[in-house]
Amino acid sequence: MALVSVKDLHKSFGDLEVLKGIDLDIEPGEVVAVIGRSGSGKSTFLRCLNQLEQHDWGTIHLADQRLDGSAMSPGELSQNVGMVFQSFNLFPHKTVVENVMLAPVVVKQTPRAEARKIAEEVLDKVGMLEKVDAYPAQLSGGQQQRVAIARALAMDPKVLLCDEVTSALDPELVGEVLLVLESLAAEGMTLILVTHEMKFARDVSHRVVFMHQGRIHESGDPQTLFTQPKTPELSQFIASVL
Amino acid sequence: MTDFTLWDIVRNLLLAGRWTVVLSLIAFVGGAAVGLVLTLLRMGGFKPIRWLIRLYVDVFQGTPLLMQLFLAYFGAAALGFDVSAWTAASLALTLFTSAFLCDIWRGCVEAVPSGQWQASRVLGLNYLQSMRHVILPQALRLAVPPTVGFSVQVIKGTALASVIGFVELTKAGTMLNNAAFAPFTIFALVALGYFILCYPLSRYARYLEKRLYGAGIR
Amino acid sequence: MTLDFSTLLPYSGEIMEGLVTTLWLTVVTTFVGIALAIVVAYVRDLESGIMSRLLGGYVEVVRNTPFIVQLFFLFFGLPALGIPISATVAALVAMILNLGAYTAEILRAGIDSTARGQHEASRALGLSRLQSYRHVVLVPAFSRVYPSLISQCIIVMLGSAVVSQISVFDLTYAANFIQSRNFRGFEVYLVVTLIYLLLAVGMRRSFELVGRRLFAFRQGGSA
Repeated sequence: MALVSVKDLHKSFGDLEVLKGIDLDIEPGEVVAVIGRSGSGKSTFLRCLNQLEQHDWGTIHLADQRLDGSAMSPGELSQNVGMVFQSFNLFPHKTVVENVMLAPVVVKQTPRAEARKIAEEVLDKVGMLEKVDAYPAQLSGGQQQRVAIARALAMDPKVLLCDEVTSALDPELVGEVLLVLESLAAEGMTLILVTHEMKFARDVSHRVVFMHQGRIHESGDPQTLFTQPKTPELSQFIASVL
Repeated sequence: MTDFTLWDIVRNLLLAGRWTVVLSLIAFVGGAAVGLVLTLLRMGGFKPIRWLIRLYVDVFQGTPLLMQLFLAYFGAAALGFDVSAWTAASLALTLFTSAFLCDIWRGCVEAVPSGQWQASRVLGLNYLQSMRHVILPQALRLAVPPTVGFSVQVIKGTALASVIGFVELTKAGTMLNNAAFAPFTIFALVALGYFILCYPLSRYARYLEKRLYGAGIR
Repeated sequence: MTLDFSTLLPYSGEIMEGLVTTLWLTVVTTFVGIALAIVVAYVRDLESGIMSRLLGGYVEVVRNTPFIVQLFFLFFGLPALGIPISATVAALVAMILNLGAYTAEILRAGIDSTARGQHEASRALGLSRLQSYRHVVLVPAFSRVYPSLISQCIIVMLGSAVVSQISVFDLTYAANFIQSRNFRGFEVYLVVTLIYLLLAVGMRRSFELVGRRLFAFRQGGSA
């Protein structure tokens, strides 16, 4: 039984059709890397999965429950699907631990003491426990992104969406974030990542999805996909990024 | 009460409203002239002058306009001049306006990126030439919306001239009210008078600001 | 001209009384006015419909009419309608409505400049619009417009001089009172103007001090 099931997903911005029918099933514990050129629709696809963008046509199911349209409230949705952004988007006026505690306390109504415990657990997981009382402005980009991951994890989501989470980082800070993602993958977290890190896609993901012009152009296990691309578009793409 | 029809009230307010307009114009034009000189002096290099102008601006921005009016009125008397409410109001409002405009315009000049100064200096322009050909034209563009916006504060400020006995819209309102005792109607009409004067300027200032800073969010 | 400040001395009690009134009017106005602005800005910015339009009208009326006329309207106009109102209450209401309207507009500028990513992050975490406003948007928006907010509060404090015109015993009323007794208008007004100036400076300092604590998150550096 697939955890996430996407059927015939369409999305247009004005006259521009960005997604032209996406079908994708993702199993629990699977790590899926979505790659493709900018403008291929991969970020839009990811943002449809937690309804930051409303799609025009098609359905999204999560563990048999429909999540699109108004089937799920934002509160429910956030407890099922977490998201980490390219630009971190930490709340600047809240400390690290407050950032992580906010949604559990406000959305889930978790008692503060319990929320604090959860926050410390997830912060420990991303190696940021020492910085609980720091403000985002006092952290490096890599540290901020790890806190953002912890913040998403604190809602105990079934799936974690990662939208180019290393693209805004200085090269020397990329590694620490990827390491965290790798450990999450090893724990069995279901991850959907839009990424430019081909090495990471190849080494960590179970499946790679190549998007091209609003469609899934090719997909498969990373080894085969990277070494024996079937389509000229994918070969070209691989050649251009490697 | 029976002696005053609504039209009597409106007519009297309109007549007095002229003086609100005239006083506003005097204060704005006078204030702009003084403010411009102050801005230019302030941008110049001479430290004591800059410091004095800053003090001037801070004092006018840090004290009530009502007090400035009282001081102009009673201060002149203390100096032995017998000034009319006209003179005192014009003087106080002009100085008040000049201080605020000087502050607004200084901000605009400073908002021109320093690269523009450097570029014009590299091209061999001196201070005045840089100012005239490069900095001021750009600063002027920035200055128009807040200046129009401040004109609203000047018009509203003239209402305080009523306190020292200058008969303009507000004073006419209180005088009419003493005779006709219809405070709700009269002060609503007085407020409407100011609104008619101010609202278009507010809207225009906002429009200019939006145009200057792109389409804006709303 | 000779200045003689000694004739002021017997009236230090009146000045003190006026100062206290001006101060408490300002303090109450600051808190209530900002609270009002928080509500108005939310409704104006994030809701639509009749409430939003009504509040828009309120903001425009306050911003485009003189404070003294608002004050007269409340103090003389409302009793004529059968709504009794004391001078102090009229003054306080007028000041609060003023600060509320201006601050709402200031705050909206801060809200508008909230990065899209902040909204998206709070949506992705499941926060409702009101929760997002309260927990995510409000404090950073305040911190961005804080300098304008300080100036606005000072403007309202200075503007409160006008409440003397409906016989509220504030600092300006004290000045007028003394002037009518000792006929030393210039000296009295000079001293009182100076007190206002000190109040303005003091307010700015205290606001800045509070701001540094409130918005400590803006300072980077090591944790």
